[in-house]
Amino acid sequence: MRESAPPLPPPVEHRIRYVREDPAWVRWSLTLAAMAVVAVLIVVPVVHVFAGALKDGFGVYWSNLFGDPDTRHSIRLTLTVVPVALAANVLFGVAAAWAIARFRFPGRTLLTALIDLPFSVSPVVAGLMFVLIFGLQGYLGPFLRAHDVKILFATPGLILATAFVTFPFVARELIPVMEAIGDEEETAAVSLGASGWQMFRRVTVPNIKWGLLYGIILCNARAMGEFGAVYVVSGHIAGQTDTMPLRVEKLFQEYNLPGAFAVASVLTLLALLTLVIKAGLERRVPSERAHVD
Amino acid sequence: MSIEIRNVTRSFGSFVAVNDVSLTVPSGELVALLGPSGSGKTSLLRIIAGLERPDRGQVFFEGEDATVRDPRLRRVGFVFQHYALFRHMSVFENVAFGLRVRPRSARPSKAEIQERVMGLLKLVQLDWLAGRLPSELSGGQRQRVALARALAVQPRVLLLDEPFGSLDAQVRQELRRWLRRLHDEIRVTSVFVTHDQEEALEVADRVVVMNQGRVEQVGSPQEVFDRPATSFVMGFLGHVNIFHGRVEAGRALLGPLAVDWPEHAAAEPRAAAAYVRPHELDVARAAAEGNGGIWATVRHVNAAGAVVKLELEAADGGPLRVDLSPERHEALGPRVGERLYVQPRRLRLFLDEAPGPAR
Repeated sequence: MRESAPPLPPPVEHRIRYVREDPAWVRWSLTLAAMAVVAVLIVVPVVHVFAGALKDGFGVYWSNLFGDPDTRHSIRLTLTVVPVALAANVLFGVAAAWAIARFRFPGRTLLTALIDLPFSVSPVVAGLMFVLIFGLQGYLGPFLRAHDVKILFATPGLILATAFVTFPFVARELIPVMEAIGDEEETAAVSLGASGWQMFRRVTVPNIKWGLLYGIILCNARAMGEFGAVYVVSGHIAGQTDTMPLRVEKLFQEYNLPGAFAVASVLTLLALLTLVIKAGLERRVPSERAHVD
Repeated sequence: MSIEIRNVTRSFGSFVAVNDVSLTVPSGELVALLGPSGSGKTSLLRIIAGLERPDRGQVFFEGEDATVRDPRLRRVGFVFQHYALFRHMSVFENVAFGLRVRPRSARPSKAEIQERVMGLLKLVQLDWLAGRLPSELSGGQRQRVALARALAVQPRVLLLDEPFGSLDAQVRQELRRWLRRLHDEIRVTSVFVTHDQEEALEVADRVVVMNQGRVEQVGSPQEVFDRPATSFVMGFLGHVNIFHGRVEAGRALLGPLAVDWPEHAAAEPRAAAAYVRPHELDVARAAAEGNGGIWATVRHVNAAGAVVKLELEAADGGPLRVDLSPERHEALGPRVGERLYVQPRRLRLFLDEAPGPAR
């Protein structure tokens, strides 16, 4: 075949200017500009946070974090609010993704759009919504007060606000994954005698686990740093409703810069950790997804 | 385990996928549901499996109404078109799945599961791949794993949806012969769906030809091929040449052809058509006696294969296909551009519904 093929026409590549062959100065200046922006806007501030926190040595840093009872409480509160909000969002996210990916029902498109709502609504507005619902002048406020249930200016309110703002992460990660995988394996499991729960645990969860984990990590990162919505519903009661981001702000307002930097450094550290795990997952997931076909 | 389907109807919106179908599958038979896409064969199979609910009608397994039963309790083995293997489980775990999800009281012991799964993997000749993931197997191997997985629950009925649909031609041929031998060995009542008439005729004990949600004909492969009940069956089970015309007073007049048709002795004319398979047409250089024939010009000769395929163009412009044995081809030596006299040795007459949708 190859022997009998007619000779190729002479190459004409000199006349074609490939996109990748931009002049060196363009490539270099663009790269440098991007690097400079990242350095000024991201690297320097992050480094500065740690520098500020550790300025007076590690002992001071430690006592700034754990010597102050209000700061201690804020760490504990964040570690309470975030896991609960996360658990709720995993539950809702899986349920919503399942409904949208597996069923056709009236209002499905609307539901898909509504899941994204927390992304487009300002967190402050989200917090105000909860005040309107649960506040004393709100719809449910008097009723809750009569039954001695505290939501606003208490941990339940913080959890609600955090869960609302971070709601889309899990569902949005899962919907495309579940749609790509399809329902054939699940149908096969049922035809082999699996119950609904067995099907979910043995077939669905292993298939969506990377997407789910990815969603959880993003959701976790956002939940820990949430400020606006939580700020509105918390009532800023030191030692009671201040989460870590609120504590940072309060310390900063009190001119306690080393304290503010110390708490901020913990938040930053957690964010960096999330980034590392996320990058590790992203490297892993494509090889998993290759098994889809 | 016999299957009886009684007046089953299923529609999706305004589209009637299965239209009042009744059908009996005797115990131990291998039955093919054959039809073009959209004929309702897959819907019918999923209704038998309990994966879909009929709007009306019932399905009986050995006289017992299975429509009311949860699909999990039907003991049906279902092989999916795209295998639907559990991608994160090894071949072994895939086959063991149906046993592992049983309630504790009915679950076999670890050793029994091991033995049963390895036995099945031997049966489908894949015991050496037990530890692999589905993604590491070829299409044919995956299909056999899917079959072993369906058989692991000791199904009373085995249902296969286009089992060879996504395999390449050679593997497909091999695998369908293998399926026939396997069925002769295990004798479980089986129904498979296919749109490939060759596959249905080669593998099945009985063929159910479906069209537009209805059963057109049920019969052995030879019956449906030799004595098609409707023009659709005739057209679907292989290439046909169609001559349109009319029937009146016991005689069919189809252009240049005229044959007796005593079943339709009524005087008023009705539209009719004669269906003739390519191998049932004779060609010669001179006109011959008989029911009449037609002059046609040779357009193409394809001598590659067990039969020589001739494409001709009739005087009225219609294409004709004639299959000749290599011996006859050699004796006649037809050349492209030559005019030959074409005469049917055998033809089947159908009253016309509408002129020719047949392939």
